[in-house]
Amino acid sequence: MTDTATVTPPQANAEQPAALAVDRLWKVFGPKADKIIGSPDADLPRHEMLKETGCVAAVKDISFEVAAGEVFVVMGLSGSGKSTLVRCLTRLIEPTAGTVTINGTDVVGASESTLRDLRRNHVAMVFQHFGLLPHRQVIDNVAYGLEIRGVGKAERRKRAAEIVDLVGLEGNEHSYPDQLSGGMQQRVGLARALAGDPALLLFDEPFSALDPLIRRDMQNEVIRLQEDLQKTMVFITHDLQEALKLGDRILIMRDGEVVQIGTPAEVVASPADDYVRDFVSDVPRSHVLTLRYVMRDPRPDDSSEGLVMSSDTIVRQAARAALASDHVVRVVDDGKLVGIVDDDAILRIVVAEESVRA
Amino acid sequence: MRVTRSRAVLAVVAVSSVLAVSACGGGDIKNETAAGGEDCGTINMAINPWVGYEASAHVVGYIAESKLGCTVDYKDLDEQVSWQGFAEDEVDVVIENWGHPELQKKYFKSPGGDGSAMSAGPNGNEGIIGWYVPPWMVEKYPDILDWKNLNKYADLFKTPESGDKGTLFDGDPGFVTNDEALVKNLDLNYKVVFAGSENALIEGFRNAEENKTPMLGYFYAPQWFLSEVPLEKVELPKYTEGCDADPEKVACDYPVYTLDKIVATDFAESGSPGYDLVKNFQWTNDDQNEVAKMIAEDQMDPDDAAQKWVEENPDKVNAWLGQ
Amino acid sequence: MSSVATRSARTLDTGLVATLRSRWRLVSLLAVIVIWVLVWTFTRGDSTLAIQASDRTDIHGWFLRLTTSIEEANNVVTAALAALADAMDATLLFFQHLFTVPEFPRPLPQVGWLGALALASLATYAVAGWRPVLIVAASFLLFGMLGYYPDAMDLLIVTSVAVAVALLLGIPIGIWMGHSKVVSAIVTPILDVMQTMPSFVYLLPFSILFGIGPAVAALVTLVYAMPPAVRVTAYAIRAVSSTTIEATDSLGQSRWQRLRNVELPMAKRTIIVGVNQTTMAALSMATIAAYVDGPGLGQPVLEGLRRGQLGKAFVAGLAIVIMAIMLDRTTTAASIRAETAARSGRDRGRQRWVVLGVGAAVAAVAVYLSNGYSWANEFPAGLDIGTWIQLRVDDFSGWLRADFSSVTTSIQERFTLSFLNPVQDLIAGSPWFVAGAAICAIAWIAGGNRALGAAVICLTGLYFLDLWNNAMITLTAVLVATVVVMLLGIVVGVWMGRSKNVDRAVRPFLDAAQTLPPFVYLIPVLVLFGANRFTAMVAGVIYAAPVAIKLIADGVRGVSATTVEAAEAAGTSRLQMIWKVQLPMARGALLLAANQGLLYVLSMVVIGGMVGAGALGFDIVYGFRQSEFAGKGLAAGVSIVLIGIMLDRITTYSARRSSSAAPAGARAKNTTRKRFPLLSSSS
Repeated sequence: MTDTATVTPPQANAEQPAALAVDRLWKVFGPKADKIIGSPDADLPRHEMLKETGCVAAVKDISFEVAAGEVFVVMGLSGSGKSTLVRCLTRLIEPTAGTVTINGTDVVGASESTLRDLRRNHVAMVFQHFGLLPHRQVIDNVAYGLEIRGVGKAERRKRAAEIVDLVGLEGNEHSYPDQLSGGMQQRVGLARALAGDPALLLFDEPFSALDPLIRRDMQNEVIRLQEDLQKTMVFITHDLQEALKLGDRILIMRDGEVVQIGTPAEVVASPADDYVRDFVSDVPRSHVLTLRYVMRDPRPDDSSEGLVMSSDTIVRQAARAALASDHVVRVVDDGKLVGIVDDDAILRIVVAEESVRA
Repeated sequence: MRVTRSRAVLAVVAVSSVLAVSACGGGDIKNETAAGGEDCGTINMAINPWVGYEASAHVVGYIAESKLGCTVDYKDLDEQVSWQGFAEDEVDVVIENWGHPELQKKYFKSPGGDGSAMSAGPNGNEGIIGWYVPPWMVEKYPDILDWKNLNKYADLFKTPESGDKGTLFDGDPGFVTNDEALVKNLDLNYKVVFAGSENALIEGFRNAEENKTPMLGYFYAPQWFLSEVPLEKVELPKYTEGCDADPEKVACDYPVYTLDKIVATDFAESGSPGYDLVKNFQWTNDDQNEVAKMIAEDQMDPDDAAQKWVEENPDKVNAWLGQ
Repeated sequence: MSSVATRSARTLDTGLVATLRSRWRLVSLLAVIVIWVLVWTFTRGDSTLAIQASDRTDIHGWFLRLTTSIEEANNVVTAALAALADAMDATLLFFQHLFTVPEFPRPLPQVGWLGALALASLATYAVAGWRPVLIVAASFLLFGMLGYYPDAMDLLIVTSVAVAVALLLGIPIGIWMGHSKVVSAIVTPILDVMQTMPSFVYLLPFSILFGIGPAVAALVTLVYAMPPAVRVTAYAIRAVSSTTIEATDSLGQSRWQRLRNVELPMAKRTIIVGVNQTTMAALSMATIAAYVDGPGLGQPVLEGLRRGQLGKAFVAGLAIVIMAIMLDRTTTAASIRAETAARSGRDRGRQRWVVLGVGAAVAAVAVYLSNGYSWANEFPAGLDIGTWIQLRVDDFSGWLRADFSSVTTSIQERFTLSFLNPVQDLIAGSPWFVAGAAICAIAWIAGGNRALGAAVICLTGLYFLDLWNNAMITLTAVLVATVVVMLLGIVVGVWMGRSKNVDRAVRPFLDAAQTLPPFVYLIPVLVLFGANRFTAMVAGVIYAAPVAIKLIADGVRGVSATTVEAAEAAGTSRLQMIWKVQLPMARGALLLAANQGLLYVLSMVVIGGMVGAGALGFDIVYGFRQSEFAGKGLAAGVSIVLIGIMLDRITTYSARRSSSAAPAGARAKNTTRKRFPLLSSSS
């Protein structure tokens, strides 16, 4: 399975400019932070750098692009720098070096007013601890982004009311945040972000503080909204399940550095190193892997009958039909046979998982 | 924001209603008419922080108000601050002044002075500063009133404050004291302990007389407390002119102060009948002690005490009024 | 992120090494004291740098010239201050003419007691709800019945104007401080000085600059009352949830929008606590302000003191306490209402408007009546209860003198001889370099390098101010008094902390003791103990103990119920519970109480100087009363500030070192220095 290393990560569509492009981004905390970059100290492991220079590189030379409409997940353990990274995107934390481009606007070099305009109209963020205004009702929290843009009271309230309905908060417009449950509060946070109709949504571990059941509801809510609204999203999480569930692509971070960028299936199928492997070892692979990762090359003696599936069908979805059929599954992309999946290949994954669980 | 606005509205309503209502009047409060002497105006009378002063001030003030129709504004002030007040038109009269050559230099018409104040002559009181003991001690130790015997009795006056020496209590820091130098220069086995306020001294002497405990302290006349407990003064080496010239080397008693009245130059030149009253005012230590005792001991209102004394002493009062 | 490692190391450190280290510290502290005593026996009385009360040195002359040059200075600052004083004067006079001072030819002020009561009630209802209205109305009636209605109104006017200006200036500075570490670093020491510098020191220069009377009284009050407003505002701004700031920033708000929509509303409740603190601080200046002819209740207190009339001073003091309670409850209620008001439904809002409207109409009638009819203008003398109280209190003080003073005097003598004198002998009787070295060693052992640094700087300052011996005598008194305060604090505090009923019974007395002007209890204390250092200490203890007691009680109550339960389950006896569980766990509160106790006692040094404490306190009073000594008085004031900073830093740093709970307490202290019970107890 791991030898299918020929996979190249799907890049953002070439003719459409990336919704978000990050290039060689650095964030170093500490005295004379800017002096570190480019010096040999920059390559030191974290604790040695701290000892030598008194600095911590929270984000270390990170580059990636996110296509419009894509859900891009940044995953890492706490302390990996992922929250710093997402804050650098709109300069809630000033990056030390590198560039961030949103919709063609250079964020790092932007003037204060350009940046403000960007934050008001193009990007919105949802926070782990909600960050609601306790002295305002739900409706006014949601409308706050519009208020600071200068939208009149009646209009912003009308718009906010629509969003409140959209995120399932109808009836709670006039509650105060502390009268709501955590999940509800995060819906307010989500509504506030959506109210300005931004093209890019940033999520900083939005569901980490919530109960597991509510977290699942909220994840589904995001998936539903994404289907309806087609926003570009950057989603920070420490939860691999969440990353796999939501992400079109996943960036795995450790100590401020990129470990791997890839689709869920790529990450699971071909972890870049032991760190990632360790991470994904518990993942039910059949839920993530697609046929691409289990198929073998077609041989002349393969049956030309039986099921036809595309290469991005998830194994679990294919399993029942494939096992029920007497024939192997033919994997066809764009009318072209690209591989064959036999029962053994499917069983290897499903059974291996069972044994792991047992 | 709604709340804030409502408060603002409220404030406006309240203030305007107050003003509106004040304007229309009615009821039983009628405007006063000045009683006579229209040209008297207001006298700003400093009240220095001792009761004898208050007695003099209120007697003068009472006469000014009742006989001359002046308005008297009493201001509780320390001596330093009162003198400062002359320059700022805050004070017109200091009715009892104890020397203060340094302040005279600063505020009198003299080189380096601004000329805002001037003397209005002595007020008849004589300031006698010295060391006093409670009367019971004089009965028991008749020779204690001679300073030469003080060392003999030093043990009596020992307190935890002075260790193995006798304690000489000094009081209000507002008064001139040479006591530290005196103790040293007279070779007395005493230590000066600062009680810190007149009140602390009075409480001390009161206790000493009542419980027959020894106490030696700095005190002065005129002082109403002397009519409650007639403290006795210890004789120090006689004062001679200039014997206190060098504060380091003083070895003689305090001079007898002729207490005088200080007025603002502007007030003196205003032609106010109040100024003539102040200028004519003179009474004795006993007079002052009598009124002061009414105020401090009998807790009379100073104006009531003044009124009582004025009614009982028409001759003196008339003399001040030039009648 | 990286602090995780250090933090876990620190936990380990406090867990294992702390016991060893604290033992080591105790042993070395004792060693320092033993060595000190040994050296002292040989050097006793040498180089103590003692000077006489009438001595002055060059540095004092320099300070004197400094004050004169400030008096004569004619620059932007003095001009601005003078403009401020003028504006305040006009404002004060306006209100005084309205409420307290008749304007010729009218024999009575425009608005009398009935009108004032109605207006105050209405205003209270508007900002604080109806419950405090009852307190306000009752207080106004009591002012009248005690016989001090006009003085109370004057004090209220001066306090209100001083507080208003303090807030007007203090809140913006506090906001600035909350946003900028640099500003905070610059302003904090200034606030420290403003609060520790005895007001007597600047009373004279102020009166020379601005004259005397209401305006300068309000200015002096302002100087003392502003620091809490600044500190609390800065604290409140800093305490606004950073997530909320970040979240709203991410929406693209401008700085102004952030301040207006996020920071101020979220800090509002805490800032109103600051208003409360500011008001209380302003009120505590009432008597001091009377020294510069500040109108109000301070004057009868001072007059009573001057004439030795305890009853009069007490009744006026009682009126001040009532005013303190009134203002405290009103501002507290206002802060709670600030929270709930926004949430009340539309119906309640309408109902409120109706009440306000009716109230305004009633108030207008009351104002009308009090303007026209003397019964509604002058408080009816028939309701007087002040005289009765006054006579009873005077009887009481006579009884104290007759039956008690010999006993109390011997207590005083025994304590002074057996405890105060030996300690003073050691501290003030050692050569200055021995005492200085010993204090530095103690500072270093207790608080580490930073405490040592503070001690070295402050002691050097004291040395050069030429008041070393007096400073050491004052230091002794402060330390001894603080020991007594802490003993009282632990006994009463633990008692209160363990029982809600005791707490409820004792707390009102503590509140009263805190707000009663110290000048009032000076008289009975003088009667009982005479003029000496002990009396001054007693006054300091009375002033400082309530704070320490409250802090310790809150600390003991704050010990987690689970821990107490667990200890109980293990069969802990009551004494064991106190000594092994509750006190050790309330260590942060104990250290904070010690810190506050020291500073409160220190703030009584000047008043102590008036009842026989001598030393720095007396130097200051002397400087106020004799202008040639103003320079020495100023030097003494600076010395007190230095002692205050030194003690504060030593206790703060040793608190930080000795427990993980303490830093929070110690930090809270910085925002909460002196009168700040609310935040410090919640931390």
